[in-house]
Amino acid sequence: MVIIGAGLAGMRAALEVSKDLDVALLTKVYPSRSHSGAAQGGIAAALGNSESDSWEEHMYDTIKGGDFINDQDAVEEYVKAAPSIIYELEHMGCVFSRTPDGKIAQRKFGGHSKPRACFSADRTGHAILHALHEQLMKQSKSIKIYNEWNMHSLITEGNRCNGVVVSNVLTGAVEVMQARAVIFCTGGYGRIFKITTNAFASTADGVMAAFRAGIPVEDPEFVQFHPSGLYRQGILFSEAARGEGAYLLNGKGDRFMEQYAPSRMELAPRDIVSRAEQSEIDAGRGINGQDYIFLDLRHLGEARIMERLPQIRQLGIDFTSVDCVKDPLPIQPTAHYSMGGIPTDKFGQVLMDGDGTKMEGLFAAGECACVSVHGGNRLGTNSLLEATVFGRRAGMSALEYVNTVDFAKVNEAPEKTKVLKSFEDIFQRDGTESYNDIRNEMKEVMMEKCGVFRDGEKLEACIETIKNLHLRFKRGKVTDKGKLFNTEIYEILELDNMLAMAEIIATSALARKESRGGHFRTDYDKRDDENFLMHTLVHGSLEELEMKYKPVIITKYQPAERTY
Amino acid sequence: MATFRIKRYNPEKQPEPYFEDFQLDIAEGATLLDCINQIKWTLDGSLTYRMSCRSAICGSCGMKVNGHAQLACQKQASGLLDENDTIQIEPLGNMKTIKDLVVDFEPFWAKINKIKPYLQTDDSPPQKERLQSPDQYRLIDDASTCIMCGNCYSDCNTLEVDDNFLGPAALAKAQRFVSDSRDTKTLERVMELSEPGGIWDCTHCGECVERCPKPVEPFYRIKEIMAVALEQGVHNNNGARHALSFSKSIKSSGRLNENLIPVESMGYFNFKGLIDLIPIGLRMLLKLKIPPIIHKSIEDVEDVKRIFKELDQ
Repeated sequence: MVIIGAGLAGMRAALEVSKDLDVALLTKVYPSRSHSGAAQGGIAAALGNSESDSWEEHMYDTIKGGDFINDQDAVEEYVKAAPSIIYELEHMGCVFSRTPDGKIAQRKFGGHSKPRACFSADRTGHAILHALHEQLMKQSKSIKIYNEWNMHSLITEGNRCNGVVVSNVLTGAVEVMQARAVIFCTGGYGRIFKITTNAFASTADGVMAAFRAGIPVEDPEFVQFHPSGLYRQGILFSEAARGEGAYLLNGKGDRFMEQYAPSRMELAPRDIVSRAEQSEIDAGRGINGQDYIFLDLRHLGEARIMERLPQIRQLGIDFTSVDCVKDPLPIQPTAHYSMGGIPTDKFGQVLMDGDGTKMEGLFAAGECACVSVHGGNRLGTNSLLEATVFGRRAGMSALEYVNTVDFAKVNEAPEKTKVLKSFEDIFQRDGTESYNDIRNEMKEVMMEKCGVFRDGEKLEACIETIKNLHLRFKRGKVTDKGKLFNTEIYEILELDNMLAMAEIIATSALARKESRGGHFRTDYDKRDDENFLMHTLVHGSLEELEMKYKPVIITKYQPAERTY
Repeated sequence: MATFRIKRYNPEKQPEPYFEDFQLDIAEGATLLDCINQIKWTLDGSLTYRMSCRSAICGSCGMKVNGHAQLACQKQASGLLDENDTIQIEPLGNMKTIKDLVVDFEPFWAKINKIKPYLQTDDSPPQKERLQSPDQYRLIDDASTCIMCGNCYSDCNTLEVDDNFLGPAALAKAQRFVSDSRDTKTLERVMELSEPGGIWDCTHCGECVERCPKPVEPFYRIKEIMAVALEQGVHNNNGARHALSFSKSIKSSGRLNENLIPVESMGYFNFKGLIDLIPIGLRMLLKLKIPPIIHKSIEDVEDVKRIFKELDQ
């Protein structure tokens, strides 16, 4: 069994598989460098440690937050699994902040009607990432970690997946890894946008490898913009700041959320808060008329900030020389999370189409997958939960599957040759174009034309620009042609993936002529359940993208008007 | 224009490392990592280093900046310029360089693995969470913020001369379990950590505290393990005996009895260790560097005793 990606989902899957089988866990960084570690505010579960709570409320909040395009059967199992996942992490040794009576502390978060976010100060992702990594080190006999290896392509035959082609960053060696099952836990693709919270590693590698193997992308148009990214840098300032009571202020010093979500104010779901911020900025009500607003924590006081939000304070001091105890932080919306991804069922099984045809032996979990539990907009603290719950489930499903099959015969040479050729193509280009310029222009146009507010005209222009960039990409100029730790070649391959993903996002956004969750069209500014209460499935190839749709699974809650 | 003087090394091309200067305008607010990226993306694509989150949480971009380890993403570049508008950048220390600023982390991780870096308990877990008070949480809060960047390991003065030393990061990680109210192997842990290469080999220079980009401050965590080891009665090693003899001497006389401390540190029944001391003693005698044979207390020794008494309470 091979697992690609060693964030929360990948490590949790590996632990599940290792109960019964040896497993290879491959990561292009080191497990502790995975982007799950950047999550700050919390992980959701209806533990009811500070107020009574129930899975039903968690379920409804999640569905309403997702603008009713979540698959409700999956959401139900997901929220029901939450408490056991949290207790399991705690038993592994994960460090959690505590209530005075020693239970796991819980705080408020956007879109959640109860204080449901279990947390470790403002570094919850980091705490869980390291707790899982500790367990991996404990199980080192059965889990072999391949640090700094890249995955390039899936090996498939018909509807069956037989392994992956990978390469070692250190030596440049390309290898085939045959496996009875592969689990993708490759994370998101926020790096496509100019302003983003995402790490440099979040580049759509997994989603594009699946797409090239004939697997569609589900709901790519739903990209979440987080309301509190550090001005210009995009670095995350956790929603936990608002959970603890911070204000959002415009240039006039007003708490403008009053106009947009009077009942929840700063703790409305992220799509709503980000749009409110962008509207204020677009109307000239940013700070000094500029393109940012303020996150004001001053009234919380130094003691509370140091206890609950120490990392945020340090980030502000290091990156902008602003101490949030004394001054408000300059922030703007920042690309944060991809609700879409590789289509899976609620067991992590990857699906080939809207009819539920399986890609046997391929599973996916975490941000790279679309189950879909988040629908059109994910609530804060639901992603760490998704990664761990579905990491576990994908591990269980894969384990069950491999017991029914044997290794397939794989002809390694052609698989390897294809990947070697993609390396050679880049090395041989006698190009003049700067990959850096291409990357910057992609990020710029995606932010500008496929960002918080979209319309048909902008999206058409965006697609044209991306197509043109992809042509220029083929004439790029490479400097480092060595084999030893060649980070340049990997950045170029990542850019190829991002350009493809960017086109897929913009094309699906153009086709969805409504506004829902994180996808907002100024030319179709209402939700349209009659025509678009369904999931997008982008099929085909970049030469010809084909939009198909599949119905949303609705069990308990009929779509209702979404106000806060 | 600022000068970035970067240590380059690519054994595929040239066996020896060398410095290369790059000129760059530092954009307003740019971090050092932003500048290095700018160099890679516009001046020399072969410049090699690790980076990922660029928000000081993944621990990838540790490097030596003007001689000291730090995260490239965490500091604004303009504040790092010397009087010649230059920033000198080298790979982390105490680890083998692979290429440019990339070093081999495998020995670092091997040492983390050595301290049994996972919770160990005797009982089966309860239905819900194990209870832990906010005060108990605070004991492991700082150590748990470690991002494994290796900055402390790079600049550790003990590691420079002793490969066997576990190093500040592994020992800080150990404290996170030694002091965890949920872990039941405290005694076993402090016994192992008291062995050669462990807590008592730290020279107390405090360099790791200076280099840590997070609140881990490994030296203070090492001291916490020392305190637990002494409390738990793990005294049968030179380090613990040294600490106890040191404090006994101060407590009784207000000054160090430099004749007695080496003997007590070795242990009265450690004949081999005691014999090893003889040549050192003889050399000191020849150089006339022997402390006074008759050990006298300081005048205000009663004050010292009073301080110890209060500390004991």
